[in-house]
Amino acid sequence: MNNEGYALDESRGGGMEPRTPERAQQPEPESIRIEVDGLSVYYGKTRAVKNVSLAIKSRKVTAIIGPSGCGKSTFIRCLNRMHEVTPGARVEGKVLLDGSDVYGPGIDPVEVRRKIGMVFQKPNPFPTMSIHDNVVAGFRLNGTGDRHLIQEKVEKSLRAAALWDEVKDQLHEPGTSLSGGQQQRLCIARALAVEPEVMLMDEPCSALDPIATAKIEELIHELKESVTIVIVTHNMQQAARVSDFTAFFYMGELVEFGITSKIFTNPDKQQTEDYITGRFG
Amino acid sequence: MLTQHTDKKYGEDLKKLREDILYMGGLVEDQIQKAVSSLVERDSKLAETIIQRDHEVNRLDVEIDDLCIQLLALHQPAARDLRFITTALKITTDLERIGDMAVNICERALELNEEPQLKPYIDIPRMAHISEKMIRESLDAFVREDTTLALKVCKEDQEVDDLNSQIFRETISFMIEDPHTVSRAMKISSVSKYLERIGDHATNIAEMVVFMVKGKSIRHMKEIPQTI
Repeated sequence: MNNEGYALDESRGGGMEPRTPERAQQPEPESIRIEVDGLSVYYGKTRAVKNVSLAIKSRKVTAIIGPSGCGKSTFIRCLNRMHEVTPGARVEGKVLLDGSDVYGPGIDPVEVRRKIGMVFQKPNPFPTMSIHDNVVAGFRLNGTGDRHLIQEKVEKSLRAAALWDEVKDQLHEPGTSLSGGQQQRLCIARALAVEPEVMLMDEPCSALDPIATAKIEELIHELKESVTIVIVTHNMQQAARVSDFTAFFYMGELVEFGITSKIFTNPDKQQTEDYITGRFG
Repeated sequence: MLTQHTDKKYGEDLKKLREDILYMGGLVEDQIQKAVSSLVERDSKLAETIIQRDHEVNRLDVEIDDLCIQLLALHQPAARDLRFITTALKITTDLERIGDMAVNICERALELNEEPQLKPYIDIPRMAHISEKMIRESLDAFVREDTTLALKVCKEDQEVDDLNSQIFRETISFMIEDPHTVSRAMKISSVSKYLERIGDHATNIAEMVVFMVKGKSIRHMKEIPQTI
């Protein structure tokens, strides 16, 4: 066994000090991909999200939890301006993607959504398109026609979404012929095809069985190597399993935000404690 | 106390777990007290009874473990509940060991009661008294989620340790003076050691209570913190 670098000298340990390798590599400083600053969202006169500020770290999974109607979905929809498709929705505050405001003047929402992809609760492949065409739909919209490049892209995206082996012989079947879990992974492949920097997932597993859920969760672990993920979930065990950071929302406010293991073992706020231990209402 | 669980069955199971631990704690405390009485009052019949009753402590240990595992598997507890259940798992182990110590004391009592008394028992009952108090207080701290009381228990362990050293020195001097006393002196020294171990187990419980309430570990620290 190689003990090199480990502090074996007990006298050094101050009791509570974790014994870490002395020469262990310092983790590279975590960079911030999305910074939300004083974000409020209104639907008409209703304020659905109230003055939320938080920083989403690059290539980490951030989970948003909270009871129904607490503003979680609204919150993540504002990150890529998806709320704009809802009539009467209005935003105050800032959302900075790599330092630049996605609500800034002259910013094209379509470009924002290319950089920040999204996967929804119900799998929604384009019903008239084949598996192949579903994957490249967004990619084509971004103006590439090269056949060879498209073939490569389809395989790469489906592989990244852990779906390739299951569908490689039926690429020209309709996307809707797949099972629910496969359809959801197809949607993830479609979102990945445009090479987003951030992936928003709004309850991606709530319509799936436990096996399909486990596959998506495994996929999330793999994807975070290259993509920053924000996931909204009703399933707290899921948040605990997949995320590095957890944000707890209640009544439109961010109650607590921190490292997932801390939130689930020893949260700072009583409200968080009550929610995750099932003592609500 | 905390607000009700939305899942009533879960809330009731947690309550049952708390009550079971208290019941086990009460039983173990009584075992210690009677075990020491059987020695001090040279009552071998009582010692036999206490040895017999240990299976009740063992039964509770298994039962409480089962309940904890069920709660973990079925409810995926988090935060405070998670700390409560894991603490309960560890507390029962300590209580079960304390029960075994009571049996050991009875076994030594049975042997010592067969022979003339070496010396009047003074420090042993004092030690027993403090150890029992430590168990009681650590369980009170557990129920009331009282970290101040838990820290007090940790500090009291020193008194038991000191008495143990004192008895050790005393029994050694008996043995040096008269080798015929070796067997009895060793046994008295053992009883003292058992009581000292009981104090350690009570300290473990108290430390776990601090973890349960505050989520902070104070185990294996060189000095007991003044406050948490």
